[in-house]
Amino acid sequence: MYNQVVMDHFKNPRNVGVIEDADGVGEVGNPLCGDMMSIYIKVADNRLADIKFQTFGCGSAIAVSSMLTEIAKGKSIEEAKQISNKDVANALEGLPKNKMHCSNLGADALHMAIQNYEDRQAGITRQAPVRKEAHEHVEGEKCYCPYCDIELDDAVTFCEACHRELEEEH
Amino acid sequence: MKNYINLDHISANPLPQDVKDVMIEAIENDYHNPSSQHKAGEQAAEQIEIARQRMAELINAANPKEIVFTSGGTESVNHAIKGVAAANREKGNHIVTTNIEHNAVIRSAKRLKAMGFKITSLPVNETGRVNPKDVADAITDETILVSVMHSNNETGIIQPIEEIGRITREKKVLFHSDAVDSVGIVPIDVQALNVDLLSFASNPFYGPAGVGGLYIRRGTRIFPLLEGGVQENNKRAGTENLIGIIGMGKAAELAARDLDVRYAHLNGLKAYFLEQLPNYIDAYLVNTNPEYSLPHLVSISIKYIEGESVMLMLDEEDLAVSTKSACATGSLRASHVLLSLGLSHADAQGTLVIAFGIENTKEDIDRFLGILKNVVDTLRNMSPLYKKAVQTV
Repeated sequence: MYNQVVMDHFKNPRNVGVIEDADGVGEVGNPLCGDMMSIYIKVADNRLADIKFQTFGCGSAIAVSSMLTEIAKGKSIEEAKQISNKDVANALEGLPKNKMHCSNLGADALHMAIQNYEDRQAGITRQAPVRKEAHEHVEGEKCYCPYCDIELDDAVTFCEACHRELEEEH
Repeated sequence: MKNYINLDHISANPLPQDVKDVMIEAIENDYHNPSSQHKAGEQAAEQIEIARQRMAELINAANPKEIVFTSGGTESVNHAIKGVAAANREKGNHIVTTNIEHNAVIRSAKRLKAMGFKITSLPVNETGRVNPKDVADAITDETILVSVMHSNNETGIIQPIEEIGRITREKKVLFHSDAVDSVGIVPIDVQALNVDLLSFASNPFYGPAGVGGLYIRRGTRIFPLLEGGVQENNKRAGTENLIGIIGMGKAAELAARDLDVRYAHLNGLKAYFLEQLPNYIDAYLVNTNPEYSLPHLVSISIKYIEGESVMLMLDEEDLAVSTKSACATGSLRASHVLLSLGLSHADAQGTLVIAFGIENTKEDIDRFLGILKNVVDTLRNMSPLYKKAVQTV
């Protein structure tokens, strides 16, 4: 199901753990399947001197976390901000189509950790986002296809991008 | 595969040597088309009737003609639900089922709903069972079919089919039960259960995959799902899967003969597993009903970790289990069965289905538990949920 690169990062994940005195922490959850990822960063000279992750999720989510930390480590803050979900998926040499959404967790968590670092520097306190278990449509909230992750209109029951039928919730 | 331990017998079962033997013999016999009227065809037809007789005995059908061979459980279920709906539309358009059915039932019902039928889907209580009174209350003058599964493929919980059957019989509504994971594993008596239709498949009781059957009580008003020739007493068109049916017949014979021995063995393994489990891991839920459940299936939800990861790591150690994590399903959604039991999305994520088979031993369980402990430790060390839970304590 997974390619060798993904399996390698799943079986031997890099940079697992917690940085107790982290300069920034990012935590994201996937409301659809319940996965969760935390990224801890340590910043020195405007670079990601250290990065660690903790993930509650499938093989793909763990491999994404591991690869993301490998890509981000040593990068400048500005460079790290540019890391996209696609970069992570490409570095893993692809993920199964229905697992592409896992790659979003990684980059989102990293960007949130950087945001958290910058907020701390600027003395801003931001409320941590609440992790949702069941997905309910909230007015104004964006919805994404669970298979290919393209943005969807609220009421659609079919994803035009990947031609899959969707349930009422997505 | 040497040293590979299969604890995923809900997904596939190996064939006993006796079943393999009759199938290989059947291949070598070059049986002809059972519909042909010459000698070679008649020999083939005879083989089918032997298998039908054995199937009828296994589920205590009054007449072997009440058994219709199909391509498996999914076809049987589709046949039962869509066939009854199509044949009884002038009587009514209402079908009663439950929230925990297999997708074969759920999607057949959804299809009928899109065609104008009304579907009532009943919840289960905290023990995972449907309340027969809810079924009685849901039946209206428009109701043409009640469909309740015999046992659940994710939790092993067995439903009160006999009680529901008394209600449907009294109210003169047709009753179908999806018994795919029960037939050949637990005693099934279609006459005692008061069912009109019962779906089953061969592989759960160690017959070949790709063959199954539908019990249709004599006089039940139902249309065929597949139209064409007059095979299967005009109830299921298409040249029969002769090799498969012969294998299924042998498996049915063995299942009937060994039912008690197998049951005791499987139930013993399950009891041993549940007794040993707390010595290896903590913080888990057992999703079962201790009184009414299949002897070979255990569903556990291990907290703070996700099932696909567990399954992949166990696979690396040559252990096969199945998971009901959202991540491992095509739909990426938490299992409707587990959510019906009241599990949270996070707990549902850590669900493993362990299904023992007749070849498993206590030593298999010991090895499995030792490795499971390591896998759980590794994944929990990686899990932000575990860190939070530990901090809270």
